[in-house]
Amino acid sequence: MTSEPTPQTLIPAPQLQISPEKLTSARSESEPSAVRLFLNSRGSSGLADQGFAALMLLCACSIFAIVGFIFVILVLRSRLSLAQFGSHFFTHTGWDPVSGDFGAFPFIYGTLVSSLLALLIAVPLALGVAIFITELCPRRLKAPISFLTELLAAIPSVVYGLWAVFVLVPIMRDQLGPFLVKYLGWTHLFEGANFGVGLLTASIILAIMILPIISSLTRDIMQAVPNSQREAVLALGATRWEMIRIGVLRNSRIGIVGAVMLGLGRALGETMAVTMVIGNHPEVPHSLFAPGYTLASVIANEFSEATGDLYLSALIEIGLALFLVTIVVNAIARLMVWAVTRGAPARIS
Amino acid sequence: MGVDILVESLNAWYGTTHTLQDINLRIPANHATALIGPSGCGKSTFVRCLNRMHETNPDARATGMVRMGEIDIYKDASPVEIRRRVGMVFQRPNPFPTMSIYDNVISGLKLNGFRNRRILDETVERSLKQAALWEEVKDDLKKKSGASLSGGQQQRLCIARAVAVDPEVLLMDEPASALDPVSTSKIEDLIFHLKAQYTIVIVTHNMQQAARVAENTGFFLSGKMVEFDSTHKIFTNPRDKRTEDYITGRFG
Repeated sequence: MTSEPTPQTLIPAPQLQISPEKLTSARSESEPSAVRLFLNSRGSSGLADQGFAALMLLCACSIFAIVGFIFVILVLRSRLSLAQFGSHFFTHTGWDPVSGDFGAFPFIYGTLVSSLLALLIAVPLALGVAIFITELCPRRLKAPISFLTELLAAIPSVVYGLWAVFVLVPIMRDQLGPFLVKYLGWTHLFEGANFGVGLLTASIILAIMILPIISSLTRDIMQAVPNSQREAVLALGATRWEMIRIGVLRNSRIGIVGAVMLGLGRALGETMAVTMVIGNHPEVPHSLFAPGYTLASVIANEFSEATGDLYLSALIEIGLALFLVTIVVNAIARLMVWAVTRGAPARIS
Repeated sequence: MGVDILVESLNAWYGTTHTLQDINLRIPANHATALIGPSGCGKSTFVRCLNRMHETNPDARATGMVRMGEIDIYKDASPVEIRRRVGMVFQRPNPFPTMSIYDNVISGLKLNGFRNRRILDETVERSLKQAALWEEVKDDLKKKSGASLSGGQQQRLCIARAVAVDPEVLLMDEPASALDPVSTSKIEDLIFHLKAQYTIVIVTHNMQQAARVAENTGFFLSGKMVEFDSTHKIFTNPRDKRTEDYITGRFG
């Protein structure tokens, strides 16, 4: 074979409006178009690109700077109390500003218990709301329900606190409390006097407050699961619940844990509403009816009346404790996510 | 073993669009039947009516009779029961990304509460062999996730998942349209072997594919079934002018 056959001999070429010769001659004769001239004059754009990258790096670094700055200030301003009590501060039970005896343990305990209890109540509810909105809701109801959940997030926490004082506390004292004693008394979690204010009431109001965050984030994550995953499960003969469990929840579990973590973050730091209903008593309560105290509420309550350098320093160390609790809880959560998803990538093609 | 499918005056709508208009046909057991036609002609809707996936869309509606073996699927059974008998392979591979290859294959069995380890192991091997994927994945069945495979392998994994439940009917909605020629020919070989055991209905844009794998072919055009006959007849001597125009490439 001397020469390769041209493609034209095998496949008839489509009918062109203008012959190829005419096209090339037209190109060479005329001036380049205005668009081409403009684009050719644009240079490499390298500087703009690098500048943009540097700017974004700066934004990212500011996060580290802010965290570091807060930590340093907290340590510096609490050095009196740090020197006086050392690490004992975090495990010591006792808060007596008059005699200068300070320990953070009741507050750490109150913060953790109220937040975890709030998660326990809020997460199933939030998942239920999200599942209903994404999978079961008639289309007409979708927007109103989504809007209402987001509206809940916009209510200031002091309003939640007021509502809790006037509505939740009486319900807790007269209806829910006696009910819990009657049916769950055997757990020994519901003992002692029930005044309506206490750890459980604080947890319930916290749960209501973090519900919208968790449910709207979870809803967005579930909506992002491709329909092909749902169809894959349905085609195998799944019921609606099985479709949701395998096709939706399983594919969005990492995102859901992230949403729960954001909710937990808010619960740990929430101050106003909790302060109004938790009872503000610095002890480690054994009953969920008993009044407690959280790290955030003790700072809010006592900062303005903190006389004496040690008292002030101890309150700032409480802030440091809250900072550390938040970091440790988040780290544990990350570890959990990592342990669950190790080996199985969550990519959805 | 596969079963016959008898379709009588099947109509389907999406909202107000009448996507399927009065379809009547008989799909014989243990044969492959191809459905061809231009995009939007209703052939995908038709297969989705055969396992009642059509109605998962809130706007969709279907009327008429579809009889699979002894069962009228719109009267005698729930959608869940129907889908346990009818396997489906979709246009785009959709393995479960958070499950291992092993778990992907048995997902249909596990879903329905089947727990016998020994039979599960056997099913995984049989299904992956039927889907011509066994040799490529047998060493990391439980190590690799379904999403870590290539596109062609993912589609064969989906076929394995569909045949693992030993269905009576296997529906394939353009199973090879997103795949390269090598994977496509593997899947065609597969269909050729699988039709001994299952009734296969395959939607395809590729007329050569229809000619290669199917005994019977139906031609759909704007929601109607124009012609249904043996594949040989459709491609050599169609009765309808529109079928002839389509298969000779004059439109569509």
